[in-house]
Amino acid sequence: MAKVIVDGHEIEIGDHERLNGIQAAERVGVNIPRYCWHPGLAVVASCRMCLVETGTLDAQTGKITMLPKLSPACQTPAKDGTVFVTNSDKVKQAHAQVEEGLLLRHPVDCPICDKAGECNLQDYHFEHGQKERRADVRPFSSRRREMGDTVTLFVDRCVMCTRCVRFTREIAGTSELMVTNRGSHEEIDVFPGYPLANKLSGNVVDLCPVGALGDKDFLYEQRVWFMKRHAGVCAGCSTGCSIWVEENQDHVYRLKPRENPHVNQWWMCDEGRYGFHYVHSDQRQTGLRKHDGKAGTNYVAIDWGVLDKELHASLSSAGRLGAVFSPYLTVEEAFLLAKYVRELDPEAELALGPVLTVGNDERFKSGFTIRAEKCPNRRGVESVIRHFAGSCLSFDDFLVRCESGAIGGAWVTGGYPQPAFDESVARRFAAVRTLIVQDLWATPLWERATFQVPGATFAEKEGSYVNHADRLQAFKWAVRPPAGAWAEGPLFWRLLGRPGLYHAGAAREELAAEITYFAVASGTIPPTGVDLKLNQLAGAVT
Amino acid sequence: MAEFEPVLLANIDKPDSHTLRVYEAGGGYQALRKVLKELDPPKLIDLVKSSNLRGRGGAGFPTGLKWTFLPKDHPGPIYMCINADESEPGTFNNRILMEQDPHQVLEGIILSCYATRATTAYLYLRYEYPTALARLQAAIDECYAAGYLGQKILGGEFSLDIFIHRGAAAYICGEETGLIESLEGRRAWPRIKPPFPAVEGLFRKPTVVNNIETVACVTHIAARGAEWFKSIGVPADPKNPRDPGSYGPKLYCLSGHVNKPGCYEAPLGITCRELVDRHGGGVWKGRKAKAAIPGGISMGLFTEAEFDTPLDFAGPGKVGCLGLGTAAVVVLDETVSMVDFLHNSCRFFQHESCGQCTPCREGTRWALDMLERIKAGRGRLKDLDLLLEIGDSIGIIPGTTICGLADGAAWPIKNAIRKFKGEFEDYIKRTNPNGYQVTEAVPSMDRKVHPDSLMVIEPPWWHTAGAH
Repeated sequence: MAKVIVDGHEIEIGDHERLNGIQAAERVGVNIPRYCWHPGLAVVASCRMCLVETGTLDAQTGKITMLPKLSPACQTPAKDGTVFVTNSDKVKQAHAQVEEGLLLRHPVDCPICDKAGECNLQDYHFEHGQKERRADVRPFSSRRREMGDTVTLFVDRCVMCTRCVRFTREIAGTSELMVTNRGSHEEIDVFPGYPLANKLSGNVVDLCPVGALGDKDFLYEQRVWFMKRHAGVCAGCSTGCSIWVEENQDHVYRLKPRENPHVNQWWMCDEGRYGFHYVHSDQRQTGLRKHDGKAGTNYVAIDWGVLDKELHASLSSAGRLGAVFSPYLTVEEAFLLAKYVRELDPEAELALGPVLTVGNDERFKSGFTIRAEKCPNRRGVESVIRHFAGSCLSFDDFLVRCESGAIGGAWVTGGYPQPAFDESVARRFAAVRTLIVQDLWATPLWERATFQVPGATFAEKEGSYVNHADRLQAFKWAVRPPAGAWAEGPLFWRLLGRPGLYHAGAAREELAAEITYFAVASGTIPPTGVDLKLNQLAGAVT
Repeated sequence: MAEFEPVLLANIDKPDSHTLRVYEAGGGYQALRKVLKELDPPKLIDLVKSSNLRGRGGAGFPTGLKWTFLPKDHPGPIYMCINADESEPGTFNNRILMEQDPHQVLEGIILSCYATRATTAYLYLRYEYPTALARLQAAIDECYAAGYLGQKILGGEFSLDIFIHRGAAAYICGEETGLIESLEGRRAWPRIKPPFPAVEGLFRKPTVVNNIETVACVTHIAARGAEWFKSIGVPADPKNPRDPGSYGPKLYCLSGHVNKPGCYEAPLGITCRELVDRHGGGVWKGRKAKAAIPGGISMGLFTEAEFDTPLDFAGPGKVGCLGLGTAAVVVLDETVSMVDFLHNSCRFFQHESCGQCTPCREGTRWALDMLERIKAGRGRLKDLDLLLEIGDSIGIIPGTTICGLADGAAWPIKNAIRKFKGEFEDYIKRTNPNGYQVTEAVPSMDRKVHPDSLMVIEPPWWHTAGAH
């Protein structure tokens, strides 16, 4: 163990840990200001904001010798005997001078800048900056320059931290961004004809400590202090990036990656980041309806309150039951639906919904991968089905069963970002007399349903997903579903006659006790999720 | 006193001094032959170490000591970079050596590479020296033909290739890691240290960067020995065990307001006054000197009263300058306005700052903006306080920047304002009688200001807005 002293506080650092001064100070609760350092990128120590006094403690004599000059904390390793001082007058003056340097030529854009409220320049000015402006006053507004389809640059706001340049070089490996000119004329730019066009481009906006890089999708949409953020999991592919869902008054404005060393580090891809708008599409179905039973396609609205009786009546007399489990269902939802269907028909056939695969897995320079499997929970849903049915029917095989007339009543869940059941699929349900379609969109299958049950999206669900690497991550809902729609979890809870409000945690406890694959998913799930394979390892030992 | 016999400039008056024929006729490459036969690389390093040769590029770091920082038993390749970027304002001694006695330099390079076991040397030459380029390349070609370069030099095991790489007019490429980055084909943004170039330098291999004049000294140390070298110059202070002394001959570049500007060789330690009066023929036009830059503009300023300071590695520091630097002495006569001097200095450093770290990028720009405002008749006394604060806060000495350019930018500010405070105050009061006492921030003087609307920032002329 290594002993490090920060502002007089001693901390122990593990032998395997490689920490710098900023990370060591974080352990003590001291936040050393910084612009250019980021744990996911190479150290450049160029912003000079993290300057601190460093020294060494002689273990034998107990004497501390401080270096006469300041050092950047980001490039100073926290080794045994390292001493950091972050609150001396010398350090405070250095922080104030660097902050002042960055504000010298900074445009007065706060009122029109998206970053206000989450801006390092603003925050450090209040915490560490000079009391008054001493440099010449320059009231001007920034020029704007397009970097590509997703990102725009407000040129004059840039503080030259080069995080964005390093990201495109080290993480994406595409190197579109560069610094042009020299000295105080430096600007970020792209080479003519080669815009910022990689699939991880949105991350540079997260990295930018000021409002220079902006998300075109989010530009001027919402002030950050109005938004609440909720820990979530992206439903775009089987990578399952941890995310923040940021919303105000039940409207999602922005997704941001959430740090998870096991899954996505600090990043997420553009597809996931910008692919949430379907949550608020005006095409979403919101009315619970039942077919009137006569010839034609007339539906009558029914009340959610009578749905359980109606369904019970329909399904009990439908004959063999079948259920299609969308890979967008949470593990808990899949479990509860399976319980419900098997309660009505112990031989009910359980199938996985269509799994969309696009191209191949796309691996970037740092190892970050966008997966070809474009759904968040195939693994989790499949494991639930296997537990109940021994094996998992594919969607195609289920369609064959339906066509053969073997299935009398089918419950099909959707929740895909795009309509997933076209006419050719819908036709194959012709022999199914009682069809329940729980989905977001008015697909051809929806138009043939006996019961049209509007469902919910990932942002409105509470539960967990299992990603490609058997990592289960739990999340709560960020926004309520639109009026007239119910999330699948609360509906299944109610159909099963469980008392009280839906509680995904309780459902998870139940399934963790019942299904070996999910054994370690009991209790509180850490924010970065839990590796379900641990159970297999433990199983191998015992 | 006896006239000093030139060592480094011994050949330059001979016709065709730059050719191999003339160089060998004067005893050239004998040192190389002797060393390759009699000394192994560690012994050559010891020889240079014992001579206490200090780098002539500006920092004065002991050369032999720098060579010992290379890792022992490294599988290689080890690189030597010769810093011929000579961009410190006022300096031209490297140019004279390269143009008129390139073989002296090359022999020193070959000896230095032999000592450090470097197998490839890159000579980084500033773009603005086309004659030096031609002469050096011709001399290198002569060396290859004569067997002084290439495989198995003079029949031994040592092989060496030298390549000339041209810069593109950036002062920051004279910083050793800026030079290395430029050689690698990247932006010349100096690297953070550690790691130091001796451990991880060019292409991340062990690298030594030495100045042209330094390697020329190596030639003579190899020829005549360390004791000879130490018989010239200023001995180490016996009371200070860490003082390596200031040994050997030095090329002083004398320019500015003197009757005979030129490159003069003298033992280290000649005073500024002696250099100006004896070699430079005194201040021109019968005028008096007001100030002198002691070692390139980065070192700051002497006042005329400080002209008796010896120009060795320790002297200028005693009167508040940064150091000896490149020993480029520029004399300013009594008609020079120190405000003009400082404005020129600030303009240079703002232009050359690489822009990587905040204190230098913003500090040099702020200093220039203030000098421009002062010269435009809108200066304030408070500006002098701010300029001194900038000068005291930027640089690797306080630890706030990555490289020493900021120290070079800071010292002229500090010296000029502290040593000529009265002149600055008078100028400001005289040119801005109604506003010099203002302490609140004043409007900036950026170009293209429309009086009725918000200020527009004019993009630099080379920026092609909207090209993509």
